Amino acid sequence: MMVTPAWYMALAAVLFTLGASGLLLRRNALVMFMSIELMLNAVNLTFVAAGAGLGNLEGQVAVVFVMVVAAAEVVVGLVIIVAVFRRRATASVDELAEMRG
Amino acid sequence: MIEVIVFVIFAVASVTGALVMLAARNPVHSAMGLLLTLFSVAVFYVMNAGHFIAAVQVIVYAGAIMTLFLFVIMLIGVDRSEDPTERIPFQRPAVIGLAVGMVGLLIAGGWFAWVPGRPSAAGPPNGTIEALSESLFQSWILPFEVTSLLLIIASVGTIAMAQFRGRKVDM
Repeated sequence: MMVTPAWYMALAAVLFTLGASGLLLRRNALVMFMSIELMLNAVNLTFVAAGAGLGNLEGQVAVVFVMVVAAAEVVVGLVIIVAVFRRRATASVDELAEMRG
Repeated sequence: MIEVIVFVIFAVASVTGALVMLAARNPVHSAMGLLLTLFSVAVFYVMNAGHFIAAVQVIVYAGAIMTLFLFVIMLIGVDRSEDPTERIPFQRPAVIGLAVGMVGLLIAGGWFAWVPGRPSAAGPPNGTIEALSESLFQSWILPFEVTSLLLIIASVGTIAMAQFRGRKVDM
């Protein structure tokens, strides 16, 4: 019995779905952000698994770029959450439903 | 055989971590669950010959990004637990139904060909720093330089947003 790339793909599908449902279920902006990180990681796993299956290094190069973009995105997203928290004293997205500042 | 055992252990660990992240009321517990998932994904990278990627995963994700998350959790307070009732009454069953449908569709769609193309006879690629940097600095040098621009923009934007506090008057 061998671990084929298909196993990783199926696992990544499960992780991606968990991240997507976390994004829809949770109201805390920080936990929603963590769900996005989980979805990015699931996609990274598919890149690496497909690259290993095809004997191609480009999958890992793509993961490097995704990690850089994710790091930049996390920094900007967290500072937005902190800025919103300073004004409204909440991190719950349900309480930020109005567009009024 | 040992590969299957390692895969099963860390697959269970990563799904458990994701579920903990999903279900925990306390954001710190969510962060710990995500940390478990990130470490498991690093193990999967090693199993797929992505040695450098695995190291970067641990350093950048599990190290830097999770520290940043914990920092912000501490900054805005952990004692605020979520109100368990939704504004949309059918949100929770709808999300669970959508999630089951999504994972079902993904697995059904991938069942016939998860990885299209001819599988390599030579096995997985060489994921060491040398091989990766050769590809990165020869074929992908322009995207690599553009990411440096992206990082500068992100840090400048972060500093700019952090300075809004002094000028704006609170409500």
